[in-house]
Amino acid sequence: MSFMLELEDLKKHFALTGGLLRRKVGAVKAVDGISLTVTKGETFGLVGESGCGKTTLAKTTLRLLNPNSGSIFFDVPDEVRERIRTLQKEKEGGFELRRLRGQWDLAVFKGRKLRDMRRKMQMVYQDPTRSLNPRMLVKDVLLEPLAVQNIARGSSGLKRVSEMLQRVGLNDRHLYRYPHEFSGGQRQRIAIARALITTPKLVFLDEPTSSVDVSVRAQLLRLFQELRKDFDLTYVYISHDLSVVECIADRVAVMYLGKIVELARTAELYERPLHPYSIALFSAIPVPDPTLKRKRVILTGEVPSPVNPPSGCRFHPRCDSAMQVCQTQEPQLLDVGNGHMVACHLFNK
Amino acid sequence: MAESSLLRIRDLDLRFYTYEGVVEALDKVKLHIKDGETIGVVGETGCGKSVTGLSELNIIPPPGKIEAGKILLRKNEQWVNLLRQRDAYLRTIRGKEISMIFQDAKSALNPVYTVRQQIAEAILHHRREELCSKLLEDSKNATEGLKQSSLQEGDKAKLRKSVLSKREERLLKMMMEDPEGLIQRTASRIPFLNRFKHRFDNEVKKEVVRMLKDMRIPDPDRVAEMYPHELSGGMAQRVVIAMALSCNPKLLIADEPTTNLDVTVQLQILTLIRDLKKEYGTTIQYITHDMGIVAEMCDRVAVMYAGNVVELAEVMEIFKNPLHPYTKALLECIPRPGTEFKSIEGFVPSLISPPKGCRFNDRCPYAMEKCLREKPEFVSPRKDHQVLCHLYAGESE
Repeated sequence: MSFMLELEDLKKHFALTGGLLRRKVGAVKAVDGISLTVTKGETFGLVGESGCGKTTLAKTTLRLLNPNSGSIFFDVPDEVRERIRTLQKEKEGGFELRRLRGQWDLAVFKGRKLRDMRRKMQMVYQDPTRSLNPRMLVKDVLLEPLAVQNIARGSSGLKRVSEMLQRVGLNDRHLYRYPHEFSGGQRQRIAIARALITTPKLVFLDEPTSSVDVSVRAQLLRLFQELRKDFDLTYVYISHDLSVVECIADRVAVMYLGKIVELARTAELYERPLHPYSIALFSAIPVPDPTLKRKRVILTGEVPSPVNPPSGCRFHPRCDSAMQVCQTQEPQLLDVGNGHMVACHLFNK
Repeated sequence: MAESSLLRIRDLDLRFYTYEGVVEALDKVKLHIKDGETIGVVGETGCGKSVTGLSELNIIPPPGKIEAGKILLRKNEQWVNLLRQRDAYLRTIRGKEISMIFQDAKSALNPVYTVRQQIAEAILHHRREELCSKLLEDSKNATEGLKQSSLQEGDKAKLRKSVLSKREERLLKMMMEDPEGLIQRTASRIPFLNRFKHRFDNEVKKEVVRMLKDMRIPDPDRVAEMYPHELSGGMAQRVVIAMALSCNPKLLIADEPTTNLDVTVQLQILTLIRDLKKEYGTTIQYITHDMGIVAEMCDRVAVMYAGNVVELAEVMEIFKNPLHPYTKALLECIPRPGTEFKSIEGFVPSLISPPKGCRFNDRCPYAMEKCLREKPEFVSPRKDHQVLCHLYAGESE
């Protein structure tokens, strides 16, 4: 199995400070122990409600935020990964483990090494109106990553820029314009071009279609699929629009309060969600078919605060089938067959 | 058809006079809303679905101006053209007959007032008399009750509390007629005399809490004293719905009430709106761009494109048998697993200089020469199914 990205028990807590001396009084546990693997060439969907930590997970993986603990292995040769795993099992990995991690673990990278890594992982942000600098021409927006990464400058850079623009459905006429002169769909295309211009291997798409209309959304989704084939990309597609994820993703992970509660192949997950939260989430999708009558699961209450998550299973205060054990013990993400992973005591036998 | 409709929009033209030019935001919009139904208005950004809602309340912000057309509301079995009324009259309509839920609940609420104060505003405006007379009634009943000797001491004390003195009664009656009168205002500030005002405020507060409870808000007493920033998105939306329904309007215009919410919260709100519709018997005009919500909520659908209503039919008809090319294309845009993503070629035209003839002509796969020259007329090729397209010209049922 050749994986592109492997996260191991990744944690990102935002400290809450208070008092005169700005002491730490608590932490927002935005990403709280996430392990997952993304295989080469697949589109990995990440769904969950707002505030569950999807975007923080993406930013932490890209090292735009520094993780509190955990490892990020990006495009590591299998034998190295195997060696690290055995060393970790031994606990006393010592020097060799530290050396290997310094060499391969993105979570501890610094300086030049980190910058080189960033070239291979890029992100398209949610709202292109805010992610594009309003005072930069499109040309400059696209030239900047090339200059920073020392890929190309001047006329050769400009050539690459115009090629890239054409690839995303714009042209040279758009080079000397400012972002505000474009429509929402076009702006998102510029953002995509900016992400792809450094020829990355892995692209995080953070709700790229949430700010555009349905007809434009389909155009963008088609563009994503074409680009994936042409550039041999791996996507991590973050969204709360579940119907889009169903169409574009190969595997999907459901997040709730900083944890992954379920992970499976798309068709399997949408047909047969196991975790009570996933069941409620998928039943809430409005289906454009007036003849269809479904049983809906309506969740009561609201998502608890990630500062003070419930003990045990984080979903238990809202769960219909909560048991005694759910209040005390945190369920592990376990395989229940066919690579369908679920973190719930109901399936933990 | 005419008898059962609640609101009719006829040939409504709306223009925005901007520096770039005149934006023809609505062009001969025709729509009728039947009593008790949920009508969905769908379309892409900028197609005019929200301004249609705003026109119905006659609150188009400048530089917008309604140029022509009629908006007829049925009130006491008579048709009133809302565009020809004075502001004072419109104020009796807004909130009472027609009210609106705005898109972004958080920004629709005023950050410096508590939830209670904001919901009370509409109640104070429209239902003051009702609440005053209720207080007077209570006081009368209490006086009657006290005369009966069979009561226990505890009950008597309770009743005595709700008896108003003659002076208070008079002040309350004065307030019922004019809340801003000099005597009433002064009296409400004088200790020992202002009890009538406190009683009235309490009555309003009770009403607010009852509204919040109807919105299935847990712990409504506490929420009533909160400020908007303390509320979550779903909660804020419930408060806005409570505001809109507080005076029991006949028509509720819901302008994308769930756009910024998560699917699970969206489901909560949609279920709430559906339940409330049953309880209050409100007619709902649901503005959205999500075909999924339309399928679940609506009885009839109006599809809008570039300032025109292009198709109007029952929800089953729209999904099973769409006639207008735009509706067909819009339905094909819905992503379905296993199929290719389809989109509509081209762009939404600029409404400053919209295409001549049919506004969809440059993106329409069936465009004929006629479409470039002539504006299409509404035809109804099938029963209760109207469409604005040359393809069906002469094909009336």
